[in-house]
Amino acid sequence: MPQIELEHVYKIFGRHADEALELLQRGVARDEVQEKTGAVGAVIDASFGVEQGEIFVVMGLSGSGKSTVVRTINRLFEPTAGTVRIDGENITEMGSKDLRRLRAEKISMVFQHFALFPHRTVLENAAWGLEVQKVESDERLRRAEESLDLVGLSGWGDSYPGQLSGGMQQRVGLARALATNADILLMDEAFSALDPLIRREMQDQLVDLQENLRKTIVFITHDLNEAMRLGDRIAMMKDGQIVQIGTGEEILSDPANEYVASFVSDVDRARVLTAEAVMEEPIAVVLKREGPSAAMREMRQRQVSGLFILGPGRKLIGATLDDEVIAAVRRGDLSLDNITHTEIPAVAPDTPLAELFMPSAESALPLPVVKDGKLLGVIPRVTLLAALARAETAPTDMKEIQIPSEEPESEGSETEPEGQSQEDHDDRTEAEVPHA
Amino acid sequence: MPELPRIPLGDWVDSLVDWLTTNLTGFFEVISDMLAWSVGHLEDLLLLPPALVLTVLLALFAWWIRGRGFALFTLLAFALIESMNLWERSMSTLSLVLVASFIAVAIGLPVGIAAARNETVSTAVRPVLDFMQTMPAFVYLIPAIFFFGIGQVPGVVSTLVFSMPPAVRLTELGIRQVDEEVVEAGEAFGATPRQILTKVQIPLALPTIMAGVNQVIMLALSMVVIAGIVGAGGLGGAVFIAITRLNVGLGFEGGLAVVILAIFLDRVTSALSDRATLYEQTE
Ligand SMILES: Nc1ncnc2c1ncn2[C@@H]1O[C@H](COP(=O)(O)OP(=O)(O)OP(=O)(O)O)[C@@H](O)[C@H]1O
Ligand SMILES: [Mg+2]
Repeated sequence: MPQIELEHVYKIFGRHADEALELLQRGVARDEVQEKTGAVGAVIDASFGVEQGEIFVVMGLSGSGKSTVVRTINRLFEPTAGTVRIDGENITEMGSKDLRRLRAEKISMVFQHFALFPHRTVLENAAWGLEVQKVESDERLRRAEESLDLVGLSGWGDSYPGQLSGGMQQRVGLARALATNADILLMDEAFSALDPLIRREMQDQLVDLQENLRKTIVFITHDLNEAMRLGDRIAMMKDGQIVQIGTGEEILSDPANEYVASFVSDVDRARVLTAEAVMEEPIAVVLKREGPSAAMREMRQRQVSGLFILGPGRKLIGATLDDEVIAAVRRGDLSLDNITHTEIPAVAPDTPLAELFMPSAESALPLPVVKDGKLLGVIPRVTLLAALARAETAPTDMKEIQIPSEEPESEGSETEPEGQSQEDHDDRTEAEVPHA
Repeated sequence: MPELPRIPLGDWVDSLVDWLTTNLTGFFEVISDMLAWSVGHLEDLLLLPPALVLTVLLALFAWWIRGRGFALFTLLAFALIESMNLWERSMSTLSLVLVASFIAVAIGLPVGIAAARNETVSTAVRPVLDFMQTMPAFVYLIPAIFFFGIGQVPGVVSTLVFSMPPAVRLTELGIRQVDEEVVEAGEAFGATPRQILTKVQIPLALPTIMAGVNQVIMLALSMVVIAGIVGAGGLGGAVFIAITRLNVGLGFEGGLAVVILAIFLDRVTSALSDRATLYEQTE
């Protein structure tokens, strides 16, 4: 059962909501309804489920209804129609007391402009959710302290939010959300107000945190790169409707319509495409038990200068090179043991394209893609370069349908691989991308 | 030209006032007693220590709240009042202003809060405030005398009516100005409306509310001269006597004492409102 479940949720702003609802339910277009009734259909027939432990990204242009839909999940906005269930419980029918308890214990939220309390210290901010629940002071401050540690703000508890940088303020926002130990985290453009470098750092931190905490996260963004980076699944919204839900890969490779496609064109493909998406069938292989002469025959047939050596169950054992194989055949060796290089670079199937360049440069052989020790495929360097070439030309091909975006940083994120080569520790490989 | 029928609005008000005076005498008497009691006791308290002792105490307070310059001003200015022989009148005025302002804020604050949270209250309250603030003071001084008789009490009542609007307005404004996302953040963690009011909205509106309090006090002070006419005494009385006798010198002295009180009260309340915003200056 999904932890969060929306069924045919509508949210209509303005008077005559009932009338507008009826028209929308009959399939009348939103603009037409607005013209007739004056009411705005901010969310129209949204249905989706979010599983426990999943990061579910909602994305779309400004005004597409992202904030509204996420606010129906904790009922900051009352849905006009439809049901929202949390852990199977219908919250649209909840009384205000139960609703407050739900918000206090199960759902917390991180806001775009941080929404910290400027008159309270960082520690008091982090303790807010617990204070609301009337948790006793010692425990409250201890737990707030812990969640500040978690987001890397130990020692800042006595400062005021106004004294902190944007990135640190949003960490306080995150700490405040984590302190209550709620299962569900709603993040409404939580990183959009941050500049690109800090934003990347926060994304990485969220991914790290998520590894341990396994929260159910609904994350709103209008930046596809961010969506791809964070989202297990992505819902695309347009004019109040959800037009596609799928993994980043699915949306990239099979956009449901023009609108989604125009989003996709903006994305930094190198970051989104994974090893799995570009890898090829491994054909230059030899089984360990076959021995040097079989290996030599294989190489001659395939016209390659190296082979991967596989054990039982297609386990990757290592690789060997042509000159060594010939030497072994001359020596009359019966096994490949002496000429097996076991320390070869290998990558996991979900490694982003951008992170394949370093390992690929280290070896003359194609890059093996391995899962649980098993060889799934290989990525010859030429394949990698070709994929990259596509990635680089894609956005320029479709320049005329670039996403209008009010925030300058989302444009910045397109060019960021070059700009941050030195500062960004974990993405060293990206620096080599543009000129590879 | 057809003539519009004369609407006897004035007659209606007259009969309303008549009705109120005859039927609610008890009620007005209770209020009257309470007001007289508070003003009287505050006045006694202020007059308890010798003038110069209180002057020094006020100067120390001024030092603590604002600094040396203000302390020096307070020392000299209040000594000047004493030397003009206006000490008792000034203390009487001060207690009248403080009681009226206190009540104005005590009523204005909750009304302002209600108006901030409820559109209907807000729309209903606004014309009443306009009325209170722009109706010439004499017009409601007279019924005040009917209800409460001559003396300090109608002075307090008309002063508090006249000075209350900024308390309501700025409280409403202050609360409405609180960033909506911040209020949402409060709600999103399950806070009750009361928790949000007391822990988020009021603290964040405090600088604006304090600015309102400051204005209340200033308006109250400006009303004392008029209150003097209905026998509230104090500095207003002094000025009123001076005017009726065409005694410019005495009028000036009384006026100067009013100005001194005004500056003192203004600086004190604005220092308080600065304290309310301290956290913002740390940015
Ligand atoms: N409180 C409100 N009253 C009236 N209309 C509203 C309200 N909130 C949102 N809307 C309207 O609903 C639509 C969806 O707004 P919403 O804020 O959900 O969009 P969004 O996708 O979050 O956009 P953004 O990226 O700008 O935050 C918009 O047309 C907006 O004007
Ligand atoms: Mg939004």
